[in-house]
Amino acid sequence: MKKTYIYTIKIIALLLLISITEVISQTDTVNQKLNMDAVYDRPFLKLDKLPLAIGGYLEANSQFSQTDGVNEGISFQARRLTLFFSSTIADRIKFLSEIEFEDGTKEINIEFAAVDIELFPLLNIRSGIVMNPIGAFNQNHDGPKWEFVDRPLSATTIIPSTLSNVGVGLFGKYYLSNWIFAYEAYLTNGFDDKIIDNEENRTSLVAGKKNIDKFDDNFGTLPTYSGKLAIRNRKIGELGISFLNGIYNKWQIDGVRVDNQRYLSILALDFNTTLYNRIDIIGEYSKLWINIPETYSKQYGNQQKGFYLDIIANIYKDKVLSWDNAKLNIGVRVEYVDYNIGEFTETNTEIGDEIWAIVPTISFRPVSTTVVRFNYRYQSQVDFLYNPASKSGVIQLGISSYF
Amino acid sequence: MKFKLITIFISVFVIFISCDKLLPPAPEESEILDGPMENLSYEQRLQFLRGDDAFNEVFTKESGLGPIFVANSCASCHSGDGKGHPFTTLTRFGQDDTTGNKYLNQGGNQLQHRALPGYKPETLPEGASHSDFIAPAVTGLGFLAYLTDESIIEMSDPNDANGDGISGVVNWIEIPDYINPSTSAISQNGKYIGRFGKKASAYNLLHQTVGAYNQDMGIASFFNPIDVYSNLEIEPEVSNQTIYDLDFYLHTLKAPIQRNQNNPEVIKGKVIFGQINCGSCHKETLRTGYSPIEALSNKEFHPYTDLLLHDMGSELDDNYTEGSALTSEWRTPALWGLGLSADSQGGQYYLMHDGRARSIEEAILFHGGEAERSKNLYLELNKEDKNSLIKFLKSL
Repeated sequence: MKKTYIYTIKIIALLLLISITEVISQTDTVNQKLNMDAVYDRPFLKLDKLPLAIGGYLEANSQFSQTDGVNEGISFQARRLTLFFSSTIADRIKFLSEIEFEDGTKEINIEFAAVDIELFPLLNIRSGIVMNPIGAFNQNHDGPKWEFVDRPLSATTIIPSTLSNVGVGLFGKYYLSNWIFAYEAYLTNGFDDKIIDNEENRTSLVAGKKNIDKFDDNFGTLPTYSGKLAIRNRKIGELGISFLNGIYNKWQIDGVRVDNQRYLSILALDFNTTLYNRIDIIGEYSKLWINIPETYSKQYGNQQKGFYLDIIANIYKDKVLSWDNAKLNIGVRVEYVDYNIGEFTETNTEIGDEIWAIVPTISFRPVSTTVVRFNYRYQSQVDFLYNPASKSGVIQLGISSYF
Repeated sequence: MKFKLITIFISVFVIFISCDKLLPPAPEESEILDGPMENLSYEQRLQFLRGDDAFNEVFTKESGLGPIFVANSCASCHSGDGKGHPFTTLTRFGQDDTTGNKYLNQGGNQLQHRALPGYKPETLPEGASHSDFIAPAVTGLGFLAYLTDESIIEMSDPNDANGDGISGVVNWIEIPDYINPSTSAISQNGKYIGRFGKKASAYNLLHQTVGAYNQDMGIASFFNPIDVYSNLEIEPEVSNQTIYDLDFYLHTLKAPIQRNQNNPEVIKGKVIFGQINCGSCHKETLRTGYSPIEALSNKEFHPYTDLLLHDMGSELDDNYTEGSALTSEWRTPALWGLGLSADSQGGQYYLMHDGRARSIEEAILFHGGEAERSKNLYLELNKEDKNSLIKFLKSL
């Protein structure tokens, strides 16, 4: 095992060394806009007199994986086909929607469908199915923007990206020299109690967002609040702090109170920056607190935390075949999640349910909107009881492209 | 530039051809407890896999969990098919003699100390005697299931006729209506030989499985349709087929494989194990009788148990019992798989019936009653011999 680590580190070191000797422009992972702009920062096609612009992206990959020696073989996966439709309805009134087909047609979701009304740059109203502004990845999750086949664990399991809900809110930006200040604040429907009653056998916001009635019924009956403050310096980078709070249980039925109001809160910190105009660093930390009855199973933890850190370096930029600005990037993601923070009261020992992973990547971008990615994922996972870790290795080759 | 591009592509190529070096290797078969026994037919392997799914099924409110319960899946108590962690300790209560459980109308014989939101879990009735049980490993149970009643009775020595201080006795139990005793079953006054559980109070693996669904997870079945919360008969929450699949899975999990058998210290430890009479109760080798599962039929196996009850002394007497066992009597636990216990208990040992022993040596030192003499012989060993014995036990 130690040899595998050393071998992986050597390859990463070699690739990073190559990158340092090259002077080229920045990669595509981070652009000069804020994460909250990502929803409109996409390529759209607009035909002359049509009021509608359309776009989308596709993500597909092949994967070879093995856990504790059990080989799961090679599989081909069509992870996402996402369609965007946008329209400028009138001056200062815009509409945008994002419809996603995941794993073929296993899941079809409206991830975003909202009307934006601009009163001032600092005051816009957004209403419809909105993405809760929690973390950066949830807002900026399009496959072609990332150098990794898998989405970050913390941003998909602790914050269940893509997290969207029906609601209404405000957003705005303020520019001052090299600085941009931005905010978003929404009231939306929330999660349901599957968060602590699911077959994943752990606290799972992913399970709690699957409620098919969420677009016409608020399970917790009171609005979920989510908001974000972001600050960006054009020369330094972006820093965001976001928060979500809401009730996830059915505490009253037909006016009869049947349980206490049980809240969950998520805090997320995100940042991104570009060094030497060619190395992008992107990170996000998130923490979840959730009120769970003391007499329920500790299998469902009342706190979770996790982070990911991506470092991407552009090592080659030149004409390749007919692509004038083809780029070759290398990088690495380090990520960690703890799905159950706490101790067993029976033994005063730490509860497990944690995952560590390191993911070296090589990506090739013939154009900025298309990326071919080669990833190797090495993952160590301990179960709830903190038994010896199971080790997984995953090799992935995938493509993601806007169209 | 071209050189660098070539380097990159070569690196990718190296990673590709090094796939097997980069992917984590499998642990040795002897280092894990789960997995099917050898020589199962194709159809039997499929049923094993269905049973494996049932074993790992996580019950929710929707699928019938509780509303009061101890755990929400079989695997919660028997992680990796191994011994349980104190997190899922079962608290049994309400019986302090052989006349039966006096608290059946107050939730006996098992406490469900967890509950779905909105429900109150059980608490111990005042004055009820009780004992805590750590969940056992579930591997190799098929071999124990097909050991004949005759063999068990042969090993018993209720009056200590041979004068060795060991007097293993059978736990004669009443069996529920849904159990069909095997054709070779021996009965006494309408009671049958219990062989599973800390007090040998379960007749067979179906009995054990139905009880665990009901008492551990609050899942009603056709066999035991009583809801643990309301005490009313309700619709089954698990199908008969699922229970049969799980029963088959438990029968066909492989027996633990001994490790380092040829290590000189392990060999020496095994000799010491015999010399200090541990093997009087922890019988090394037994043989199954006929089984409809050919892989289990007439097979020799090495569980290190006699499936009999033994008086283990006052220190292990919790003033709680089941069936005809006395409160100080416990069924000899199988020692196979002992060395891998910590791998399913969060990296630490929780041994003896309630997990009070935090090491194998501590477990030896908790032995009393019929095992007092063996414990004293252990204490007389020099450090080296003690280490050899422990090393042998860890190899099991």
